[in-house]
Amino acid sequence: MTREGEADAWLEAVQDATTLVLKAKGDWIVAHADSADKALQQVDVRGRRSVIFDLAGIGKLDTTGAWLLHRAQRLFQGQGASATYIGANAAQATLLDAVTKGDRPTAHHPPPGHPIMVIVERMGRTLEDIGMTLRDATAFFGLVLETLGKTILNPRRLRLTSTVYHMEQAGLDAVPIVSLISFLIGAVLAFQGAQQLRKFGGEVFTVNLVAISFLREVGILLTAIMVAGRSGSAFAAQIGSMKVREEIDAMRTLGLDPAEVLVLPRVIALIVMMPLLGFIAAFMGLSGGGLVVLLNLGMSPEMYIQRLYDALDFWDVFTGVIKAPVFGLLIAVIGCFEGMKVEGSAESVGQRTTASVVEGIFTVIVVDAFFSILFIQLGV
Amino acid sequence: MHDDVIISVRDLKTQFADQVVHEHLDLDIHAGEVLAIVGGSGTGKSVLLRTILGLNPPVAGSIEIFGKLRSQMTPEDAHAVERRWGVLFQDGALFSSLTVTQNIQVPLKEHLKLPVQLMNEIAALKIALVGLPAEAGPKYPSELSGGMRKRAGLARALALDPEIVFLDEPTAGLDPIGASAFDELIKNLQATLGLTVFMVTHDLDSLYAICDRIAVLADKRVIVTGPISEMLKQEQPWIKEYFHGPRGRAAMAAKSTPPRS
Repeated sequence: MTREGEADAWLEAVQDATTLVLKAKGDWIVAHADSADKALQQVDVRGRRSVIFDLAGIGKLDTTGAWLLHRAQRLFQGQGASATYIGANAAQATLLDAVTKGDRPTAHHPPPGHPIMVIVERMGRTLEDIGMTLRDATAFFGLVLETLGKTILNPRRLRLTSTVYHMEQAGLDAVPIVSLISFLIGAVLAFQGAQQLRKFGGEVFTVNLVAISFLREVGILLTAIMVAGRSGSAFAAQIGSMKVREEIDAMRTLGLDPAEVLVLPRVIALIVMMPLLGFIAAFMGLSGGGLVVLLNLGMSPEMYIQRLYDALDFWDVFTGVIKAPVFGLLIAVIGCFEGMKVEGSAESVGQRTTASVVEGIFTVIVVDAFFSILFIQLGV
Repeated sequence: MHDDVIISVRDLKTQFADQVVHEHLDLDIHAGEVLAIVGGSGTGKSVLLRTILGLNPPVAGSIEIFGKLRSQMTPEDAHAVERRWGVLFQDGALFSSLTVTQNIQVPLKEHLKLPVQLMNEIAALKIALVGLPAEAGPKYPSELSGGMRKRAGLARALALDPEIVFLDEPTAGLDPIGASAFDELIKNLQATLGLTVFMVTHDLDSLYAICDRIAVLADKRVIVTGPISEMLKQEQPWIKEYFHGPRGRAAMAAKSTPPRS
């Protein structure tokens, strides 16, 4: 801890019946604060009328050293002894003066209450937060729809460059990962399905299993989850850091509407790209499933395609296509909403980005459940 | 009195892509002085500061800090040097996820092992020394005004009682009263702690009020250094314009008029 060539800090005590002289020695600096603190704590002033700090022999003195002396002086005075300094040079005296002026009650956070109360309070706050978030998110959703409506009425207001840029970022650049994951999941689904169906002698229905589950649910859900993780988070982080640097405020003062400039291009980009990504996911899932069927069941490619035709009807294909733009809309709106909620710090950006992914995936799955009920009720 | 050089820069060259910022730059910083760097926008004042701090590696030249060449420092040497200086960045650069008190304790925790109680007291003391209200301690940087963030940044820079502090435009963005108070504060700290101050500034009042020496940056190097009286005699057009322009004259007048009591 000590630096080269520097002595530690210590006290030498000289005493008679009523007076205690404490000679401070060494360097009273922050690096030696620990030993100086201990030395002062060992001083016993009981029964003394006065304590004198002799600073003549001190090496270096900094604010921390001065603070420790001042604190001891205050303590000794509280115990009924007078405490004074001698031998301080001009600079040291100024420093002790400055430190004395800086002594004032510190501000602290109020201490936490009873643990049960803390838990109840946190639950209440969390519930309130959820309620507020739902309300704000609904308001934001309305704002986005309003802006979307205005832009449809006046298409020249659309930021085309920005929209195309986000289509590339969120859509085109996601194609490799969406394809790969869908292909693998399709293959796994076919493999596991074939294993189970074999027990009933119905291996050929593996095709139906893969085709219907992928086209109706798995393909689009997988895509939505990946887009929420990739693009929903990116939207939240981009808009959030702009918020931190007051760029959003600057935009408003320049008469630009952040909903129009930042949110709408992202929302439109995802509404357009989600069905395309969903289509690619479905195609790759069927390919992955097909590969397994080919290798595992010894079906020919022609037969696989024929079975797909037999297994699927119009609505199997279109339920997925109908859901895709809705999911895109939700993910983009949630990402932008969380971004706009960022305030102040870098930490807030992180929290909001996490929230955008969690809420995005959650919402997509809830809405997907509603779609399932709807489609069953409609009989499609 | 000021013959003790603690930082010396020799023949420095810095460059970004093919844009040369400094070339053949020499500069000495003496112990206990307040040295100000002035220069037009884009002359690389902040770059010089960052280069000395080691945030920006130079292309050529040497920087000697406390008797050791930067290029030959081991990580341990660099760590030891970091304990002996404090830096105030332009907007304070406080850690936004920590309170002011915690910000001030970051260097204390990193470099020393102290009891928690004492660290809290040190933080409270530094908060008082830089003229912040005690209530600022438990606040987060985003809850403070720009001027308060600057003071909190200075408190963090002073946490380890450094020998030298680097200030990047300390009074920029402060109101005139706040700026004078900041000047006064730096002057006081310099007097009480024997601090060396290296500051980049545009504030002519600061130059008159607290600076012992001024270094003028132009043509990619330090063209002249000296006290303000010497600056006033310079014939170089930029320096002449700077110190004899309307603002320069106003600052000079303010300095030469004795304060009314």
